[in-house]
Amino acid sequence: MRTADGMPLKVSIARAMRRNKLMALALIAPLFFFILFSFLIPIFDMSLRSIDNSVIPDVLPKTVAALAEWDGEDLPPEDAFAALAADMKAGRESRDIGKVATRLNYELSGMRGTVMGSARKIAKVEEGPYKEAMIKADKDWSDPAVWQLLKRLSSPYTMGYYLNAIDMRFSPDGAIEAQPDFRQIYIDLFLRTFWMSILITGLTILLGYPIAHLMATMPLRYSNLLMILVLLPFWTSLLVRTTAWIVMLQSEGVLNDILVALGLFSDDARPQLVYNKIGTIVAMTHILLPFMVLPLYSVMKTIPPSYMRAARSLGANQATAFIRVYVPQTLSGIGAGSILVFILAIGYYITPALVGGTSGTLISNQIAYHMQQSLNWGLAAALGVILLATVIALYFLYNRVVGIDKMKLG
Amino acid sequence: MALPSYAGPGEIAWYYGYRFVCGLIFLFLIVPILVIIPLSFNSVPFFTFTPEMLSFDPAGYSLRWYKDFLNNPQWIHSLQNSFIIAIASTILSTVLGTLAALGLSRPYTPYKAVIMGALISPMIVPLIISATGMFFFYTNVGLAQTHLGIILAHTALGTPFVVITVTATLVGFDQSLIRAAQNLGASPPTVFFKVIMPLILPGVISGGLFAFITSFDEVVVVLFLADFDQRTIPLQMFSGLREQISPTILAVATILVTISILLLTSVELLRRRSERLRGMTPQ
Repeated sequence: MRTADGMPLKVSIARAMRRNKLMALALIAPLFFFILFSFLIPIFDMSLRSIDNSVIPDVLPKTVAALAEWDGEDLPPEDAFAALAADMKAGRESRDIGKVATRLNYELSGMRGTVMGSARKIAKVEEGPYKEAMIKADKDWSDPAVWQLLKRLSSPYTMGYYLNAIDMRFSPDGAIEAQPDFRQIYIDLFLRTFWMSILITGLTILLGYPIAHLMATMPLRYSNLLMILVLLPFWTSLLVRTTAWIVMLQSEGVLNDILVALGLFSDDARPQLVYNKIGTIVAMTHILLPFMVLPLYSVMKTIPPSYMRAARSLGANQATAFIRVYVPQTLSGIGAGSILVFILAIGYYITPALVGGTSGTLISNQIAYHMQQSLNWGLAAALGVILLATVIALYFLYNRVVGIDKMKLG
Repeated sequence: MALPSYAGPGEIAWYYGYRFVCGLIFLFLIVPILVIIPLSFNSVPFFTFTPEMLSFDPAGYSLRWYKDFLNNPQWIHSLQNSFIIAIASTILSTVLGTLAALGLSRPYTPYKAVIMGALISPMIVPLIISATGMFFFYTNVGLAQTHLGIILAHTALGTPFVVITVTATLVGFDQSLIRAAQNLGASPPTVFFKVIMPLILPGVISGGLFAFITSFDEVVVVLFLADFDQRTIPLQMFSGLREQISPTILAVATILVTISILLLTSVELLRRRSERLRGMTPQ
């Protein structure tokens, strides 16, 4: 078959299809490239920092070369000391030696002082032998473990930050071992983040299910009114809601005043409800509840009430009919809401930072701490990548269960 | 689910008990937001109801925290920043997001799932990770601590909402309307502005409102990217809550609640309009 202008129909259709596809891609392209450059590449760039170890090879190139032949036993030969001294002099001039000091300090505390002090002293030494001069500058250089650490950090990439993020470290001889007890915090923090997110997800199901059910089974006119009570918090600023919970929960706050007025607590024994785990759980449950109610409601609205009546007329009592007929039909809504709430909860930062105190903070707060205060960006990136991987896995699950194109907002 | 007339005492108790529990849950949702409104009119710098307030003594109430807000150049500056950044990023994300949604809803779009995943990613990735990544990258390209940098960052965060709402509006969009317009000789821009746009406008506007509130409410990225000059209202509140708590924050919170009520009302009206319009088009 041919079209009017004599072209085979197959070719003509293929051409039209291609034009259609190109048109669609052309419409998507501006946003796609925008997201790529303003969002995806920055995140990728950040995740590379979690394995980046370029500081030592960049600032101490001679030392790295000299240590390549060293067998790792005892102390390295004189030329390694000489190379380190030369690198330190160069590093002092380019002001990069501080980065080395910081980097080594992440692995072995006290190294910052060792490096900065020796660099200052060795700058005055004009000629060798450097071995004695270095050890005289700081006796740490007579410790083979320090040199083993330098050799281990010679590679431009490291898994060290990831090990650190799961409370492990390299032992001086390069084996992987657990951190000393007092430095084991991240596994606990990850577990706490998971545990609290699961608890908050559970609480949102517990509170969200009855109200979604009530709204779904009411006449539309009333349920629309109730829906506003769910949507208003959804639209209210996060900071406003967190402020509200501080007002409600603090020891001189509204809730405590009520508890004292009711005589449940005496005035001088007010319970501490905020700046701890309780504060985080209550505030986050409140903030995430609409994200559970909305998907539940949209599923429940599609369940015909006649199913329950049929179950009742077949002899089931109210409870049996509810559990065996109604609940199974809402499982997809529970699944959708749970994954959504869980994804949002494990990444939460602002609310735990404000109402969490020390016991109610999550892994995000630790990432922010390493970004802004300890400036251990490699560790922040490694913790971030672990969190990100969890969220992406959950996203795929969400896409399986609900389909991202079925997501509804408000 | 009205109570049937033959209900036994057990069922009656269950019926009212259930409603009572639901009532408590609705209170949990709404009371914290409502409680800050009267407290923002407190005449003394406390975060709790004074005896004067409880006895409705006019002396217990005042507008001093609102005056405080209006007379504080720092707050006013943040308010301006918030509006500048939110409006600019709303316009950008609405335009980019609507175009992309139109592309995504066309039949025969290749790689739909992958593209959708990439476009939605700013909504899925935890904010702290987005902020971290943007901090490094925007610092390297000189966009950190500029209004433009924050506007671009917020645009990225806002677009998923536009894409999702506009795509939802386009579900069930009758493609033959486009063909009919083309048949009658309309050029692509005419088709877009005269046929497509009026039908998807409610979705576009509510997507834009979502993008607006996303930017207007965002703290984490601002915390990492902003200098003193780019402070926004939420950042100002965040640092205020960390340092010293003043009822001025409650006055600001009350103003923000009013804004969210306005936005919520607009979105609800738009949603209903959109449903009505779609009810008219043959499915």
